[in-house]
Amino acid sequence: MSVNGQTNPYRNELVQERFRRAVIYIALTIVTLIMVFPVMWMISVSLKPTTETFSLPPQFIPETLQFDAYSRVLGNAQFRGFFLNSYLVGIAVTLLSVAIGTLAAFGFSRYRFFGEKTAKLFVITTQMVPTITLLIPFFGVIVWLRLYDSLWGLIVTYLTFALPYSVIMMNGYLDTIPKDFDEAAIIDGCTPIGVLFRVLLPVATPGIISTAVYTFLLSWNEFLFALALTRSTEMRTVPVGIAMMVGEFGLKWDEMMAFSVLGSVPILVLFMWVQRYVVSGLAAGGVKG
Amino acid sequence: MAMEAQGQGPNFSTRGASLFQAIRDNSAGATPYLFLLPCLVILGALLGVPLYKVVEYSLFDNVIIKPDPIFVGLDNYSNLLSDSGFWSALLNTGIFTIGSVLGHLVVGMSLAMMVNADIHPRARTIFRSLLILPWIFTAAVVALNWQLLLNPFGVINYWLGAAGIINEPLDWLGDANLAMWSLLLISTWRGYPFIMVSFLSGLQSVPRELYEAAEIDGANFFHKFWHVTVPQLKPVIYGVVLLDLIWTFQLFPLVWLTTGGGPGRVTEVLSTLTYRLAFVDFQFSQAATAAVSILVISAAFTILYLRNETRNK
Repeated sequence: MSVNGQTNPYRNELVQERFRRAVIYIALTIVTLIMVFPVMWMISVSLKPTTETFSLPPQFIPETLQFDAYSRVLGNAQFRGFFLNSYLVGIAVTLLSVAIGTLAAFGFSRYRFFGEKTAKLFVITTQMVPTITLLIPFFGVIVWLRLYDSLWGLIVTYLTFALPYSVIMMNGYLDTIPKDFDEAAIIDGCTPIGVLFRVLLPVATPGIISTAVYTFLLSWNEFLFALALTRSTEMRTVPVGIAMMVGEFGLKWDEMMAFSVLGSVPILVLFMWVQRYVVSGLAAGGVKG
Repeated sequence: MAMEAQGQGPNFSTRGASLFQAIRDNSAGATPYLFLLPCLVILGALLGVPLYKVVEYSLFDNVIIKPDPIFVGLDNYSNLLSDSGFWSALLNTGIFTIGSVLGHLVVGMSLAMMVNADIHPRARTIFRSLLILPWIFTAAVVALNWQLLLNPFGVINYWLGAAGIINEPLDWLGDANLAMWSLLLISTWRGYPFIMVSFLSGLQSVPRELYEAAEIDGANFFHKFWHVTVPQLKPVIYGVVLLDLIWTFQLFPLVWLTTGGGPGRVTEVLSTLTYRLAFVDFQFSQAATAAVSILVISAAFTILYLRNETRNK
């Protein structure tokens, strides 16, 4: 820098700034390509015949582009069943946990009461309980309740993990809404329930949507309980279905990757839609409690 | 609690003001408890009962599969502690957890700083969205994906061979010397976005003046990182690392679906050991005992985390 002392210092700085920015862009692009490569490769393999899966040198763009694997996966009633199960469980868990979680979040956000801190700590702590520790007693209880190998068993268990997140995320959103809103409504004669439903929820819609999406994502991606608490192929969910493909459906890479892509699309679309809110809500929930 | 509310009641002059005040000053009697009730009852039942049960199971023999469990006291625990498989699983869990969290931290923090650099906001959103991707996929997809990539005939072996780094294709997940490293690679890829996202929102809250002041003092990039960023974000980093430790420590699907604890038992962690005891060997009592050991260790981390949380408030 000091070598070019004679040139216009402002110009020099501008050039340096542009150079630095270009370096950042290039570095970010390279790193992002590396990180995203596994995903791109999954899509690539799903679009080529299995004879090309391991062809050398690897071809990123398939020589023979085909959607065969997708139509075979979608044409299989068993695979469609996995999707149906995942949707049913996901939607049920999402509705229940957002409804119950929002009520609790309202309590936490709008009231100061005896035991509040303990109750909050309890909800945070529930997130930390190892799922594997719960698996064995859950298995015992679910068998005892005759819910083994049914979607109900999964819905009940998933609620345990989804509910704490719903409470923490919704509490974060409700806290951002000024209390003047409620006060105005109370003066107008609103009950607490009225405040929640008529005043807060309409304003908190983005919060509700992102909480719902995150809950759905948790449920859609869950593997351990889905594996252990169901047995018949009819009751399996998408993640277990994908894992089973390796053993039970033979190793056809194009079909497995097509099924993986199809199994990821719903949550990818949902997540990208609300990404900004989910990210900030999670960061707030995870870091600030 | 009810007494508290009553005691404050007469102080409010008008009814409107008292309700108003009630929400504001927090003496609304039973109302907040009614809102919390469904949530706390469900969480209490769904967590309290199983936690009680798992400890109970660990003190009995023949649980779940046979109708007449026998009380055996601490026998299951002495069996577990004298089992070399348990100690090697514990060691593997330690290696896997610490390695993964370090990986997440290094990759996540570096990427957060890159994304936080002075670039166009729209570009930042695009990069961030793409870099979050590994976090969104279900573990089954992640595992399958990496089995394909790390396959002896897969792309990674091809490239490493083409670059002259390796002479012959390696069986990354099947070789006892490589399996743990491969697992750490996969786990790092899968888990860095959480650290990245948390760190990114923390970085945005660091006052710019601090960096400007450091620049005036002639600080370079590393000085600024070490003397401004790290001290400012210490609570965030500490909290996020503890959360990550707690989650990674008990991680099951990624290990189970990539190496399955193998080859042999070289990547067996406590969670896969527990699962194997229960659902492969059908020794539910012994599995419950292993599960309790996981609970005890993660409880220690949880206490540290909660202490950090309450201190920050």
